[in-house]
Amino acid sequence: MIREPLIFEISAPGKTAFTLPKLDVPSNAGVLDGLAVRPDIPDFPQVSEVEVVRHFTRLSQQNYCVDLGLYPLGSCTMKYNPKVNDKIVTFPGFAETHPLAPAETVQGNFEVLHRMERMLCEITGFDAFTLQPSAGAQGELVGIMLVRAYHEAKGIPRKYVLIPDSAHGTNPSSAHLSGYEVREIKSNASGRIDLAALEQAMTEEVAALMVTNPNTLGVFESDICKIADIVHGKGGLLYMDGANMNALAGIARPGDFGVDVLHLNLHKTFATPHGGGGPGSGPVGVKKILEPFLPVPVVKKKGAEYALDFDRPRSIGRVRSFYGNFLVIVKAMAYILSLGPKGVREIAEIAVLNANYIRKGLEGVYDLQYGTASMHEVVFSDKIQKDAYGVTNLDIAKRLIDYGFHPPTMSFPLIVHGALMIEPTETESRRDLDQFIEAMKTIAREAAENAAVLKAAPHQTYVRRLDETAAARNPIVTWERDKV
Amino acid sequence: MSYIALSDQDKKEMLARVGASSVDELFCCIPEGSRLRRDLDLPAAMSEPELLRHMEGVAGRTTYGQYRSFLGGGAYHHFIPTVVDSLSSRTEFVTPYTPYQPEVSQGTLQVIFEYQTLICRLTGMDVGNASLYDGASAAAEAALMAQRLTHRARILVARSVHPQYRETIRSLTRNLRLAVEEVGFGDCGGLKSAELREKMGPDVCGLIVQSPNFFGVVEDLAGLSGIVHEHKAMMIVGVAEGISLGILEAPGKLGADIVCGEAQSFGIPPSFGGPGLGFMGCKKEFLRQLPGRICGLTKDVDGKRGFVLTLSTREQHIRREKATSNICSNQGWCALRATIYLETVGKTGLREIAVQNVQKAAYASGRLAAVRGIKLRFSGKTFNEFVLELPRDAAAVAAALRAKGILAGLGLAPAYPELPNALLVCVTEVQTREGIDHLAAALEEVLR
Amino acid sequence: MYPQNFKFTKDHEWARVEGDLAVIGISDFAQKHLGDVVYVDLPAVGTHLAVHQTIGTIESVKAVSEVFSPVSGEVVETNAGLADAPETINQDPHGNGWILKLKMANKGDLDALMATPDYEKYLEGLEH
Repeated sequence: MIREPLIFEISAPGKTAFTLPKLDVPSNAGVLDGLAVRPDIPDFPQVSEVEVVRHFTRLSQQNYCVDLGLYPLGSCTMKYNPKVNDKIVTFPGFAETHPLAPAETVQGNFEVLHRMERMLCEITGFDAFTLQPSAGAQGELVGIMLVRAYHEAKGIPRKYVLIPDSAHGTNPSSAHLSGYEVREIKSNASGRIDLAALEQAMTEEVAALMVTNPNTLGVFESDICKIADIVHGKGGLLYMDGANMNALAGIARPGDFGVDVLHLNLHKTFATPHGGGGPGSGPVGVKKILEPFLPVPVVKKKGAEYALDFDRPRSIGRVRSFYGNFLVIVKAMAYILSLGPKGVREIAEIAVLNANYIRKGLEGVYDLQYGTASMHEVVFSDKIQKDAYGVTNLDIAKRLIDYGFHPPTMSFPLIVHGALMIEPTETESRRDLDQFIEAMKTIAREAAENAAVLKAAPHQTYVRRLDETAAARNPIVTWERDKV
Repeated sequence: MSYIALSDQDKKEMLARVGASSVDELFCCIPEGSRLRRDLDLPAAMSEPELLRHMEGVAGRTTYGQYRSFLGGGAYHHFIPTVVDSLSSRTEFVTPYTPYQPEVSQGTLQVIFEYQTLICRLTGMDVGNASLYDGASAAAEAALMAQRLTHRARILVARSVHPQYRETIRSLTRNLRLAVEEVGFGDCGGLKSAELREKMGPDVCGLIVQSPNFFGVVEDLAGLSGIVHEHKAMMIVGVAEGISLGILEAPGKLGADIVCGEAQSFGIPPSFGGPGLGFMGCKKEFLRQLPGRICGLTKDVDGKRGFVLTLSTREQHIRREKATSNICSNQGWCALRATIYLETVGKTGLREIAVQNVQKAAYASGRLAAVRGIKLRFSGKTFNEFVLELPRDAAAVAAALRAKGILAGLGLAPAYPELPNALLVCVTEVQTREGIDHLAAALEEVLR
Repeated sequence: MYPQNFKFTKDHEWARVEGDLAVIGISDFAQKHLGDVVYVDLPAVGTHLAVHQTIGTIESVKAVSEVFSPVSGEVVETNAGLADAPETINQDPHGNGWILKLKMANKGDLDALMATPDYEKYLEGLEH
């Protein structure tokens, strides 16, 4: 494969890929007088249109993506993203509308926001939703800010937030940014929250418990109602990280099992594309008691008309400009409408079936630290291969690339060393699942017979293993002529 | 429509393989009392033609496109070259995750590296991140960064900063022992430097100023930086209209320590406010306090150049509650669009676009300020937005113009009660002379 | 393997006495556990540290580890070489990979630390 240069390396003065119409107003020589005007934009590229097109087309070919094959990145829910939704967001009524336009001119946009709030309430069992948070992590932050506002309104914000040791790293960080200290709750032998530990930690100084359900082991917290009772018994609130809501859609509703506040990731459960890192969308659902604190503005329906309500004196304020990642919300709405009630339930049913099918196929081949029933994902580890042959989860992951699959998640849950967290999602065919299982089995055989080939993997990619230590010791984060 | 890829036979056989007699049995770990034993109350499933018709209907209830719009205020209408849509819609860019596995993500990573370089050259900063959610949350992240770097308790924010950015800074910092205070604007529309001098002190971690500011006025960044640096505080410059960087001096050359803002103008449609593109850059010595993903250059085992996400010890998945931010995703696909846009328009194109914005806006402000009863509210130099002082309530005038098919601008009274008759007007390269003249004529009629 | 006349903590820091000063670093066990060191965050000269107070952090590519002061005192010097060559901690943890020098406030703090044979025994216990 030819090495694709950086655009800066193919730039040459005088080339252009763009022209504007001639200026149609009289040019006023004095408009910039007195301003600090730049002489130049150093290093900015000058290339032709065909060079731009080939540059990005070639770069695109160096990416793996869902449309190429199974992408079993646990907890990230890499499912198929329907194409029709990408088309819908290009409708001028959605893409070309200005966020500060008068309400009467953007009724369709308000309708999207209002109907999505209602549909998400129905799917999750909550009373109200805000669609403002830009992504899951911002949703978490909003959720805990709402918790704090609730306690403050009662007099004292409280001091601690409890978080299980299996949680996503964003949970402790979001709690900290809301002014709380984090206390960790240990998991028990089945990978669930230890009720005795929770009971001991849950005091009147604790504002909330943040629970992920199903948790990052892919295990449902069966004692969730008891957990809610313990937390509520001390006046605390139950927060649920809904990153794994795709295991529950249409099957069970967090609002029905004691959760007070939850965030969703529309780019996970509701199939909006991840775009190589974003944009996401992280709506937050709440019970009535938290509704007065929701971010401003809120869309209200009066008769047939929609309008924005800014008059919310107890609101936590806003966490970004405008109304959230609107086009992502439109895609998720289109997805829910295309599926209908049975289709939404099928998200969970088939996701769980597929995950268990993979589990069955690899049990015994890879170590399963927690044997508890799996929901939408299964967490194996490298223990067997590491103990016997010194092969790590990283080696296994990199070798999977050679077999045409994206690796599973390895960086968490922190309670499983050498984790291989596999989430197939509901959109995979049996053929793809079988091929993946076969590849994982082949790799396990290779570990025994030829570990060196795993250690040096991947072999088929555009670049091979990269020196991350050098990148961190001497960070080079922009191009510099003759240096990069 | 269903996106399931299993046949009924597959399901039956797979259930048998996992040892379950029914799909329902797979959920036996959920207590019966917590199960939903009914269908969700959602509209019936739609086929693709039905869905398209339905969503066209929803989009059609928005009539915005029928108006001639002069709205700005943090979201801008600019021309988007076709290659931006064409290349950014390639599925290899749309459907991957964050590039955790660099060997199969070099496309995304090289794009981020080029994006970081472009942002740094535009802003005059040494280093930049892979993007943040939007301009408002980027400003709040910058405030927290200044707090971490100086360990001081107050931050000053110009009142001429976008009102929604100021609200965001307040709400995101409010539980973190950082007091936010505003510094007012003068008759020029820019920050009052005398008031800044009064409010600065050894406990101030920085100043956040936007340029061009919410009124479109270009701030005296060099002068303000001098005052801020006398107190060893951080000069934070926000940019809500990225196109201005095509002609105005890079904030880094005028004393900025951190530059953050909104880059929606670079190839991203207004999208009813989201997704946009938050950006942030800073001086090299502050790199380890920068929030968000960062892409860095390295080599593979064969010595071949490649890119990785780096300095991840700053981030939540490693440092947990001590992380620089809780941010996890970036606006990857929007950063891709901005990169394609900037590389397409290039060095000369961006300058030309910026010049057309400033020229057309200057023509419009001259034309509109000549209408009887109207004057420019501020004396300061502006980029592509300006504030008109109308002879009566701006909202009423705007409503009258709306009836004539024109959205003339944004009434400022809700955000600035001290400016009851003020209207913020935006003119970019997509406006024509004819359109501007039409607005002037309509205003004359309405005010007659 | 571990030098004599060093004192160790359970968190794997070491202290070596030079007159009134204590030189502080992390043990070979700690550097191995951490992996390739890419960055060391050091305190300013003049900082007063109590026993077990955080001195700073040591980062590898995918981990951050806090370093705690084995004794109390005032920082009089930090190892400037670590800024450009943090890998020195991996290469020579007990020698050139030292982190800082403290002017000890209370020599009695040393009594609470482990002598080398005790530390070696402690490590054996951890490996089981």
